[in-house]
Amino acid sequence: MSEVKTKALVRATDLAKTFDVSAPWLNRVLEGQPKMLLRAVDGVSFEIEKGKTLALVGESGCGKSTVARLLVGLYEPTRGGFEFDGEDAHAAFKTPEGRKLRRRIQMIFQDPYASLNPRWTVEDIIAEPLREHEILSDEAAVKERVGELLKSVGLSPLDMVKFPHQFSGGQRQRISIARALATHPEFLVCDEPTSALDVSVQAQVLNIMKDLQRQQGLTYLFISHNLAVVRHVSDQVGVMYLGRLVELADKHTLFDTPRHPYTRMLLDAIPKMHDTGKARTPVSGEVPNPLNPPSGCAFHPRCPHANARCSSERPQIQAIAGVKVACHAVEEGRI
Amino acid sequence: MSLLQVKNLVVEFPGRRGTLRALDDVSFEIAPGEILGVVGESGAGKSLTGASIIGLLEPPGRVASGQILLEGERIDGLPYEQMRKIRGRKIGAIFQDPLTSLNPLYSVGRQLIETITTHLPVTPAEARQRAIQLLKDTGIPAAEQRIDHYPHQFSGGMRQRVVIALALAAEPKLIVADEPTTALDVSIQAQIITLLKTICKERGAAVMLITHDMGVIAETCDRVAVMYAGRVAEIGPVHEVINHPAHPYTAGLMACIPDMTQDRENLHQIDGAMPRLNAIPQGCAFNPRCERVFDKCGQARPDLMHAGATQAACWLHDNKVAA
Repeated sequence: MSEVKTKALVRATDLAKTFDVSAPWLNRVLEGQPKMLLRAVDGVSFEIEKGKTLALVGESGCGKSTVARLLVGLYEPTRGGFEFDGEDAHAAFKTPEGRKLRRRIQMIFQDPYASLNPRWTVEDIIAEPLREHEILSDEAAVKERVGELLKSVGLSPLDMVKFPHQFSGGQRQRISIARALATHPEFLVCDEPTSALDVSVQAQVLNIMKDLQRQQGLTYLFISHNLAVVRHVSDQVGVMYLGRLVELADKHTLFDTPRHPYTRMLLDAIPKMHDTGKARTPVSGEVPNPLNPPSGCAFHPRCPHANARCSSERPQIQAIAGVKVACHAVEEGRI
Repeated sequence: MSLLQVKNLVVEFPGRRGTLRALDDVSFEIAPGEILGVVGESGAGKSLTGASIIGLLEPPGRVASGQILLEGERIDGLPYEQMRKIRGRKIGAIFQDPLTSLNPLYSVGRQLIETITTHLPVTPAEARQRAIQLLKDTGIPAAEQRIDHYPHQFSGGMRQRVVIALALAAEPKLIVADEPTTALDVSIQAQIITLLKTICKERGAAVMLITHDMGVIAETCDRVAVMYAGRVAEIGPVHEVINHPAHPYTAGLMACIPDMTQDRENLHQIDGAMPRLNAIPQGCAFNPRCERVFDKCGQARPDLMHAGATQAACWLHDNKVAA
């Protein structure tokens, strides 16, 4: 992790989002139920340098998609903030100049079937951000730009008259990428962009994303639960568990010498392709209910190295031997 | 003798614009106690193969020709009532989404007991004991209490354990597991796969494991069948297929998967996509995407032929061509 503060394009500081999932007011009053707060993201900090990729991994419900939505401004953070290119993004989103900022941050969603309007042609879909942000006004120029964008993701400009249902899943995801690129963004937030795709198509989409990053110097936040994909695309990896980052490290460091017990567990859980028939050691337990997270370190009920301190005191993320990790056992040198 | 034999199975969907052939001449066998993996991308026909075996093809889909034999007896085309007795008793099924394969209105115990008493000559009290034992065997803590809980009170991983218990309730010889771990997180997936593997080994049940995840196949199966566009492209021992793939499609599929041990700037990619059923190419269905295509591939359709330790449907392994 670079400590040179000026270089980071994206900097999230103590980002948190709490959802109120309480029962309706009348029920609360009559049945005496307390307010229920779901801490989807609870104090996440990271930086991404220009042209680099940070991947966030974790199991369902760990808050990785909430982080993505916070970064593009779909959610307002409950606490903390996010700086883009040195300015407070969430303050800027509210001002009239916020549109300029939104233009520079775009998002690719998981499901290419749900994220494209089935009643619009590909041209309408890709031209929408161009028109919305008033980047191009001349219709001929819009058409030309849509054609260019389609070409950049490996589709033909002739495809612009078609509708989304005429494309396969992989092609649709390319259309989503083309739409995201329409405004010349610098930062792309990709929320599980290949999870809905088959492996051969996933490879095509990942290759396009990497090529585009090289050509246009894009910065990615890449969210995935697939560690092999993450290892392929990212420069840095953050591992999330129940709304918090438990480990943040350089890709090679994380995969070669995982520090946090949860990271080790995740890496162990990946089926190994080439030693067939070898049984892995499954980890016991499941992700706890985020409405009622365990005390202390949220991972302690499943952790083989947990002790009394882990169940009472929440570990803070801190730099230990070059990586950032939130674990008492690592801090004390027990593992 | 093989437990299950599928011979030249053809499944068709008649439609207004002609008949679509979704499975075309699929043949394979499963030995007792064996775990056969069936892998392929969406639309390859792997789930249809499973559905044909358990007799749950969605109409208008039908077995147009070919045979499915369980312990030497034909089970395709059996009347509904007869098939119902086989399904559950001799063939158990596990589906992808554990929430939709359980009835939300009945407690899991009631569903288990119903399955057991339908297929086995036991009293309800014995069936309950058996159900508790099954839940214990599948690793559900406090099974005595949990048996009276409803599906929504279980987590995803626990629900899939209940579904496995349900599939094993009448001690079937064969389990057809269609993407049993796809809806689950990696750590839970590891638990379920390990459970499925050990529990079937203990009971000597054979498993047909349908998945798109090569990693799961590598770790679990004895043999694997790779499907492409409704046909078996390659079948053989899992170690051989993964380490020495004979069919270019298998090789491409393996190379697409990001590697955990080495860095590559770009992934290998197979250009194009699986053909639609109404536009299956002439000859070998893979030929427009194949890197090693030659003139014969576009003319004649290859059948499975010996290719080293595996069998592949690819003209590259035809001795007459090679000679």
